[in-house]
Amino acid sequence: MSSKVIIIDDEPLARSIVIEYIQHFPDLVVSQVCSNGFEGIKAIQQYKPDLIILDIQMPKINGFEMLELIENPPAVIFATAFDEYAIKAFEAHAIDYLLKPFNQDRFEKAIKKWRDQKNSSTGEKQTKQLLDDVSLTAPQNQRIVIKDGSKIKIIPVQDIFYLEAADDFVKVFTKEGYFLKNKTMSHFEQVLDPSQFVRSHRSYIVNLQQITRIDPYEKDNHIAILRSGAKVPVSRSGYPKLKAILGL
Amino acid sequence: MAISPLSVMRFRIIFSISWLIIIADHIFLLRWFGLSWQTAIVDSAINDTLLILACMLVIMMLHYYLPQKEKYFHLVTWCILITVIVILITKVILKNIFASDEEYIIFFNRSLWIRSSFDFLLLGCIILISVIWYNWQEQSEQEVRKQDAEKLSKEAELFKLRQQLQPHFLFNSLNSINALIGSRPEEARKMVQQLSDFLRGTIKKEEHQWVTLKEELQYLQLYLDIEKVRFGHRLATSIEYDTALDELKLPALLLQPIMENAIKFGLYDTIEEIEISLKATKEENNLVITVTNPFDPETSTPRQGTGFGLQSVQRRLYLLFARNDLVSTEAKENIFTTTIKIPQA
Repeated sequence: MSSKVIIIDDEPLARSIVIEYIQHFPDLVVSQVCSNGFEGIKAIQQYKPDLIILDIQMPKINGFEMLELIENPPAVIFATAFDEYAIKAFEAHAIDYLLKPFNQDRFEKAIKKWRDQKNSSTGEKQTKQLLDDVSLTAPQNQRIVIKDGSKIKIIPVQDIFYLEAADDFVKVFTKEGYFLKNKTMSHFEQVLDPSQFVRSHRSYIVNLQQITRIDPYEKDNHIAILRSGAKVPVSRSGYPKLKAILGL
Repeated sequence: MAISPLSVMRFRIIFSISWLIIIADHIFLLRWFGLSWQTAIVDSAINDTLLILACMLVIMMLHYYLPQKEKYFHLVTWCILITVIVILITKVILKNIFASDEEYIIFFNRSLWIRSSFDFLLLGCIILISVIWYNWQEQSEQEVRKQDAEKLSKEAELFKLRQQLQPHFLFNSLNSINALIGSRPEEARKMVQQLSDFLRGTIKKEEHQWVTLKEELQYLQLYLDIEKVRFGHRLATSIEYDTALDELKLPALLLQPIMENAIKFGLYDTIEEIEISLKATKEENNLVITVTNPFDPETSTPRQGTGFGLQSVQRRLYLLFARNDLVSTEAKENIFTTTIKIPQA
């Protein structure tokens, strides 16, 4: 039985060399080649490939951000020319990656490794951990990439008003309303710059730039009024944190 | 080591003239007190020669040992000590010569305090002038050393700024060549040539070298050709300038980082095909280079887009011209414009 492969790379020659190498494997079929993450997401949804060969530095959204937007991502072999952060992350999670330029032998080794791991579930878990890890590094912590129906939104962090926990998701509020991101509050607390974003409440993280004033609310509690008029709860433990950073 | 004022011709002349004036003065003063010409001349010659020798001694001593600021009181001690020695020697010599002249001996004893005071004052002045002179010398030497050090670090910094070759560019180019070898070996060969010429260009250019606009643009073309192979039809470039500007000068390798920045910004911030344009003009006495690239105002703040490339260009121009206003950027709709000015000599 043959396996479906999708190649995602923004440089045409980088794609063609992978196609050339794959031709040595009669059981691998290239379903589609994509030149950016947007095309990649569509193709992955359409073809449900067994493996993707993924470049990291790509237009608009990079390889990691693309993977983040896919539910149950397929197995991945990363291919990159030079990316200090990424390479560190790969090594930390024992994930195989190809350093460009690579030759046929090296490519075959990566394919063999993928086949060996294919039936275990470790691969998927590793990928998930890797994504959590790299989302802490630049440039991913400067923006949030969100899938809004069929559209993909890139939200620079300074455009966020506040975040609200919503079950397994986090609502990211901006001037265009809110978007859902499947991450946890503690993830955002780690990723976002603590001098700009404060967890004012168990279920809220607020952008300090947006606060116009803080009013008392019921007993012991406060509420932060944002420029947009939105009201963000401030808990008893959140209030001193806000006060300290705002220098009140 | 500082030079002694005695080794400067101008000072030697001033020193000799001052000495003659002091002797003459001394003689006339003694004559006024009623001493004979002979006595006055001998007295003056011996007294003042000893004094001048003491002055030279002090100047030489200070040449090799200049006290720290907090030890200046040592100098007063020296001054008193040397004055006493000079006066004692003068006394011994003159009293021996004029042993039979009782009137002179009485005069000499009475004038001892005046002589001492005068010697002390003169020596004090010489010491003061020497200290100022040597301090000034030391300071200007330090100044030169500081300038040398600054120049060195400036050169090192310029060198470093220029050496910032993006490994990303290099490895991706090699990857493209790797792909071409199988499918289009002729093009692979051409690209190896271009990449080699480009790399050679980054190494061989002298640090402070200025090149003509023509040379710089030829070099830039190599870079653009490589990038076009890498990115294929997505990247289009245009260079627009009047050949009359061919001979205008600019620092070597200045344009490539600007172009690199524009390409990166343009290619990674949009998914469409992009055009990067460069325009060179001459305004007043400046060579003005304008580079434009598209970007997506929704997702990127132009501030982030200026990136390392432009910072290094700004720094280089600052080190060369001590001006911070030579690089400017502007974001308008979806076009980002970088303008640099290079003052012409």
